[in-house]
Amino acid sequence: MSFEPKILGFLCNWCSYAGADLAGVSRMQYPPNIRVIRVMCSGRVDPAFIFKGFEVGADGVIVMGCHPGDCHYLEGNYEAEKKYDMTEKFLKLIGMDDRIRLEWVSASEGARYAQVVTEFTEKIKSLGPAPTAGDNPDQEILSKLRAIKMAAAGDRMRALVGRERHITEIENVYGEKTDLDRFMEVMDDAIVQEYERARVFLAIEEKSKSVKEIGKELDMDPSVVLEHMLILKSRLLVDFQEIVGNTPLFMRL
Amino acid sequence: MAKKKPEKNEEEEPRIGVFVCHCGSNIGGYIDCKTVAEIAKDLPHVVYTQDNLYTCSETGLANIKQGIREHNLNRVVVASCTPRTHEPLFRSCIEEEGLNPYHFQFVNIRDQNTWVHQKEPEKAFVKANELIMMGVAKAERLQALEKIVVDVTSTALVIGGGVAGITAALNLSNQGFETHLIEKEDKLGGRLNELYKIFPKDIEASELLESLKKKVESNSNLKVYTSAEVKTIEGFVGNFEIEIDQAGQIIPLKIGCIVVAVGSSLFTPEGYYGYDGEKRITQSQLEVKLKNDKLDANDVVMIQCVGARIEERKYCSNVCCMSALKNALAIKEKNPDAHITILFRDLFTPGTHYEAYYRRAREAGIVFITYNPDKLPKVEGDTLKVYNEYIGEEMSLPYDLLVLSTPLVANPENKALAQMLKVPLEENGFFLEAHVKLRPMDFATDGVYICGSAKWPVDITESISQGYAAASRASTILSHPQLEVEGATSSLPEYNKSLCTGCEVCISVCPYKAISKNEDDEIVITQVLCKGCGLCGATCTNHAIVIRHFTDDQIMAQIDAFGGIM
Repeated sequence: MSFEPKILGFLCNWCSYAGADLAGVSRMQYPPNIRVIRVMCSGRVDPAFIFKGFEVGADGVIVMGCHPGDCHYLEGNYEAEKKYDMTEKFLKLIGMDDRIRLEWVSASEGARYAQVVTEFTEKIKSLGPAPTAGDNPDQEILSKLRAIKMAAAGDRMRALVGRERHITEIENVYGEKTDLDRFMEVMDDAIVQEYERARVFLAIEEKSKSVKEIGKELDMDPSVVLEHMLILKSRLLVDFQEIVGNTPLFMRL
Repeated sequence: MAKKKPEKNEEEEPRIGVFVCHCGSNIGGYIDCKTVAEIAKDLPHVVYTQDNLYTCSETGLANIKQGIREHNLNRVVVASCTPRTHEPLFRSCIEEEGLNPYHFQFVNIRDQNTWVHQKEPEKAFVKANELIMMGVAKAERLQALEKIVVDVTSTALVIGGGVAGITAALNLSNQGFETHLIEKEDKLGGRLNELYKIFPKDIEASELLESLKKKVESNSNLKVYTSAEVKTIEGFVGNFEIEIDQAGQIIPLKIGCIVVAVGSSLFTPEGYYGYDGEKRITQSQLEVKLKNDKLDANDVVMIQCVGARIEERKYCSNVCCMSALKNALAIKEKNPDAHITILFRDLFTPGTHYEAYYRRAREAGIVFITYNPDKLPKVEGDTLKVYNEYIGEEMSLPYDLLVLSTPLVANPENKALAQMLKVPLEENGFFLEAHVKLRPMDFATDGVYICGSAKWPVDITESISQGYAAASRASTILSHPQLEVEGATSSLPEYNKSLCTGCEVCISVCPYKAISKNEDDEIVITQVLCKGCGLCGATCTNHAIVIRHFTDDQIMAQIDAFGGIM
């Protein structure tokens, strides 16, 4: 039997959900792989929803909103785009960024909705099952996915993505506008740092470990692990547990 | 409306009923709805399921009510068409049976399932079951919500007593709403006070102004404050508390809706073409001369787009082409021997009336010459040198009066007023409407409307139209004693307050300015302003804000169900 991907869709109520209904009214046929969750605005789609979708077995996730300038909530889709861009960058770290898509579909674009869903389904079919999906998911990638989910949910990433438009398009609290490229550098650094940090944290989720052990497990330089560990400690997420020989063990709080 | 029974207890165990609609053969013709309903019986908390030929029919609705009664249901899931058309019907159905209307969940198995997978009914069957599973997962976590009702003060404030503001104020007061009109100058009329005639009918501006003033004076519902300005604005739609400053005296007002009609300012063309206000003047100075019959010139040259459509002011001021034509014709009328030349870049006289007006000007012998913005005309004493593209030569035009057509510009005070109103300005400092096509008279902030040249330069005719339009928009709010607002809004619940770090990201992303900080530096969400988009919740750095009816918990449960986890 050919591979039938599981696709999760988040549709905004006003444009794309209406577009999907119109595809129905017009009896436009498209593959039945998509399961839709209706949200009021594409800007409501928390990156966590997308990561969670993959965690529970999605092979692809698609977010759809109103065309730029047509958002029922004025600017929600612009915020959706920023969140999506960050999500994509995180997924790139585990090679799954080609399994998500953001599309603008208006209430009058039933045909376009059918076409977008068809194309996306075909694409995911050609990619094959997601490494995180199916009965035997790749535990390594799954644990990386969990690290991504944790990193993106942290206040640093959320504050960055939440302020992006304001800082790059209007101004920061000091009245300065930041160059988008400069902002992206900061964002990209933060993504990698927070991802590694989350991996370090999750490594001691079940069992306390030393920095050296974690470094070996994650193939990360122990000094980098230690740096992350100290920041995690300052965030009150981990602490020293005990010193075995000369080696301190860290535990999660 | 049916009498409300006491609502069922929020805390009680979910008891979900699932109703699967055949929609005649629209769904039932492709998938076995009876089996779908049977399968749903095994889902957690589902205590009753049923399939109906038409769930939205009288029988179908009666079946839902009966199901609620007999099985003590406290959550209802309907799997049928689309919430976009039928959710209100089912919500009111369960409300009539004493359930909270938000304890209803829609599952779309027609528009997004059987209709679009007609050739793959087996797969559509599986999809229907899975979608219902996701719907039930959400239904289990639905919370009762109340629609928010706020009282509306049926009074209006119109800021700006020009032609747009007067029109809006008269219209509102004639509809019976107590209306307050404030004007910063010591008399009403705005630009009408300076204009000589009004195109395209060439009636005297003073005539129009006098008739408007008479209507204002005889209107007992309309209170006018001249030499007055807005000092503070607090509150929200239906409930604004406003202080106006009338020559040092502070007057408090309780206002339901605000119409912004502050107009625009004249641009003084200092440094352009030797502007001196005497021999080289603006169109509006020319109008004053015409009005006072003090014009004494035989050779008149007008230059269009002076200070407009340039790098620092890119927009077209909309009214100057017609103003130039009007004044040129007025000069011709007073002195048929006058030579009038209009130098222009592009001449905009759109529509049937204005194009006819342009023809009249041509027929009256007014000369039109284009100039190239790369080769601007030059003033040399009493002569204007202009490069004529058609003959490829520089021409010399002697003049005794040089008239510069300058753009209307945004009032410098707009910024302060915009901040008080919590509405945006565009790049040139004019007020920015909510949507140029869909909501042209509205701001994103509820209860505040815009008309006239405060938005962008418009002529008298358009100002009057917009005055009516803004008044009509305001009356949609003022005509109701109360305003009902959707209950599915964002909230910062008491139990989450400790999570809020005060970072204010929510304030900056909220498109409706519904979020602010109070005196205690705590985040406050004004429910009546919130539209429930959920941006703030999806952005909140510490997950403190809850988007009611689309909570993280509910959506995560739907995603789990998508993955087969219940």
